Amino acid sequence: MISFRLNGQTQTVDVPGDTPVLWVLRDTLGLTGTKFGCGIAVCGACTVHVDGEQRRSCVTPVASIAGQNLDTIEAVAEQDEVGRAVRQAWVLHDVVQCGYCQSGQIMAAVALLKTNKQPSDDDINRAMSANLCRCGTYARIHAAVLDAAKILA
Amino acid sequence: MGRRQFLKLGMGTGFAVYAMAIDAQTQSAAVEAGLMPQQQPSAFVSIDGDGFVTVTIGKTDIGQGVQTALPMLVAEELDADWSKVRSHLGPAGEAYKDPVYKMQIVGGSTTMKHSWSQYREIGARMRAMLVNAAAKRLNVSPSVLKTQAGMVIAPDGRSLSYGELAAAALDEPVPTSVELKSPAKFKLIGKPTGRLDARDKSSGLQIFGIDFTLPNMRTVVILHPPVFGAKVLRYDATKAKAISGVEDVYQVPLYNGGVGLAVVADGFWPARLAREVLQVEWDTDGVEKADSDTLWARYRVLAGQPGTKVHPADTSALANTKLKKISAEYTFPYLAHTPMEPLNCSIDFRGDQCTVWVGSQLQTADQAAVAHVLGLKPDQVTLNTMMAGGGFGRRAVPTSDYLVDAAQVAKARYAVGRREPIKMIWTREDDVRGGYYRPMHLHRVEIAHDGKGTVLAWKHIIVGQSITSGTQIESFTVKNGVDETMVEGVAGSPYPFPIALEVHHPKVNVPVLWFRSVGHTHTAFVMETLVDELARAGGIDPVTYRRRLLAKHPRNLAAMELAVEKSGYGKRRLPPGRAWGVAVHESFDSIVAYVVEVSMNGTEPVLHEVTAAVHCNMPVNPRTIEAQMQGGLLMGLGMTIPGAEITLKNGQVQQHNWNDYRIPTHAHMPKMTVHIVPSADPPTGIGEPSLPPIAPAMANAIAAITGRRHRSLPFSIANPA
Repeated sequence: MISFRLNGQTQTVDVPGDTPVLWVLRDTLGLTGTKFGCGIAVCGACTVHVDGEQRRSCVTPVASIAGQNLDTIEAVAEQDEVGRAVRQAWVLHDVVQCGYCQSGQIMAAVALLKTNKQPSDDDINRAMSANLCRCGTYARIHAAVLDAAKILA
Repeated sequence: MGRRQFLKLGMGTGFAVYAMAIDAQTQSAAVEAGLMPQQQPSAFVSIDGDGFVTVTIGKTDIGQGVQTALPMLVAEELDADWSKVRSHLGPAGEAYKDPVYKMQIVGGSTTMKHSWSQYREIGARMRAMLVNAAAKRLNVSPSVLKTQAGMVIAPDGRSLSYGELAAAALDEPVPTSVELKSPAKFKLIGKPTGRLDARDKSSGLQIFGIDFTLPNMRTVVILHPPVFGAKVLRYDATKAKAISGVEDVYQVPLYNGGVGLAVVADGFWPARLAREVLQVEWDTDGVEKADSDTLWARYRVLAGQPGTKVHPADTSALANTKLKKISAEYTFPYLAHTPMEPLNCSIDFRGDQCTVWVGSQLQTADQAAVAHVLGLKPDQVTLNTMMAGGGFGRRAVPTSDYLVDAAQVAKARYAVGRREPIKMIWTREDDVRGGYYRPMHLHRVEIAHDGKGTVLAWKHIIVGQSITSGTQIESFTVKNGVDETMVEGVAGSPYPFPIALEVHHPKVNVPVLWFRSVGHTHTAFVMETLVDELARAGGIDPVTYRRRLLAKHPRNLAAMELAVEKSGYGKRRLPPGRAWGVAVHESFDSIVAYVVEVSMNGTEPVLHEVTAAVHCNMPVNPRTIEAQMQGGLLMGLGMTIPGAEITLKNGQVQQHNWNDYRIPTHAHMPKMTVHIVPSADPPTGIGEPSLPPIAPAMANAIAAITGRRHRSLPFSIANPA
């Protein structure tokens, strides 16, 4: 049995400790907002926050987050002040196309804006370049991150 | 089931029942009104008591935005209140077949072109039925009534909402002919409009195919053979089955004559772990082991031999030693689409019927393929279209490869008494290594010109696998042994060159498929870089040269002139080290022009700014057009990045995942402005035309800086040498 705080609530799961957090979320807990893209931590579709820092859930064994705070898109987009601002900017800019990578993009943007309230273009390029989008929504992601920073200012 | 019953069902129950009801409903209604199922409002529009309009679309939205644009067409003629319009994806069904292709498909950037009248007529029919119902209620003639933002309004000021009228409207006869608005009257079409799926996709709420689940559902991961078409000789699954959560391992025939092993488990992770410990000996005898180096050598030999003629032209000027010559060989590698959502398919097989949930771009063929594997008729297979996380062509597979995988597993399990529904998920490695690539191509071009821009001979040979030979669309696309999807962009070029075009279609044991922009992914690069080379060889400005060549093509010219004007090309001085690059290409009935600014960072090009112009006739949703321009540009730019290629060695694909098959990242996106040529003509394609011209525009700028020409994609450090 492994316990952690999921989106603010205590959660206990009975799975092998080496199961990646991604599959505990999707298959065990039915939270499908966190996406499977590559399985090797190169695309960022599975980005979650562990104790406030972004983490690739596809390569994070669930045992490694025992006792820690795990936050996912479902809560971050609804309950978190920065998350709500980012979602608002995302809708305003019509960022999404297929939308599949966007949970991870938003989680990365929130992590950036929590540590850097006024990111420069270079900061955004650096912070967001580990999240791939095959539709090519990067221009709008970039504009939305800048706008979310303004909403929060 | 009557129309009124259907409406109540639609309002009161969940999506699954609603979706299944639609087909039966449309067929009976078609008989009543003498209209085709594709023309029946009841298949596409439902209005609830609160006036919310739900539009069911027959197309898959793979990100291209038709789930917003098609409802815009309906809402325009319906005079709906846009804030109360919703939409969802229709299942496989007669009503949802493309009116031109006669099958359900998203392809060729044709949705707006083919559905432009269809969806507006549906809106207009529904509006007429609402007006007729209101006329009876208000005891006036329908002709005096006006509609606006979801209301029917009488001259005396009385009004009724669409919500109040919806039930009665469905009892009105469906009008066969309706008058459509003239473009000058459009209120919604042409207005930048936010996507209907923006909020769900920006909060993790959107359910994609891979997210779909049912009680007791099992997850399937398949071990594919290491060489296309190879078979299992023997295997040992003892270790795999010992993993907790693993149900069983099945040997299954695959789509391409190969045989694989399917691991079934109670979740993805145990299935994936079990796959890694399967012990297999493969039988690769008698299977061609494709090898990129060998293939290039073979293609070069073919390019030196006469091919199948596409169109003839006099090439005798090539022998004239007084003329200037260009002799060029271009190469383009295999490319994998890699949509972000890994391919997946869910199946609930009950013996005499089957339900499939899949983000399909080609429902009609996929439904039939699953039925074929399971020994059913297509109408015994219900195929629900799921939101798809990208497609770019990979979800429109004439052989239905991954659906056949899933159906074979469903069949094998059913035979041993397993009744739980399954969800098959491909890993990214399965996707990168699974074939169905944009084919590799070699172009060989010999040109004789006068050094002043006049071409006297142009001999052009293209070597590449045919994408559509042997598929059900072959009769549309393969003419006299030539696959038109390979030569498009050279054949039919607007440039008045005397092109003698020939092709070779070698057979290779690597499955190939259309990739966003299809033949134009390589033909545009060849044509637009050669035009630039001819201009410079003649000392002519490349824009001036194109003006001369495109004089009889006003749409092409309009796109180019708009990009040139907005970029400041020829008027603005660039910072030192930067050069302009220009390319203009027509595809899918639209024209895209790019004017780019590039500099070199060592051997690496840096794309600073792109000024884009597009002529796609009537712009239905300018926001979507801008998005498709940005996305297509980036995918085309991606084809230039070192590492953007699939290669084979001894039959095995050498790439694995996005670590060694590279796609563009956030930092690759240049500054870009998009301009749309105004037009009121019926819309043409926008999903694909933005991809082809970016790589040649960059190559032309690089040549302006370095004097050297890239003749291969991706750009490599060794080339240009």
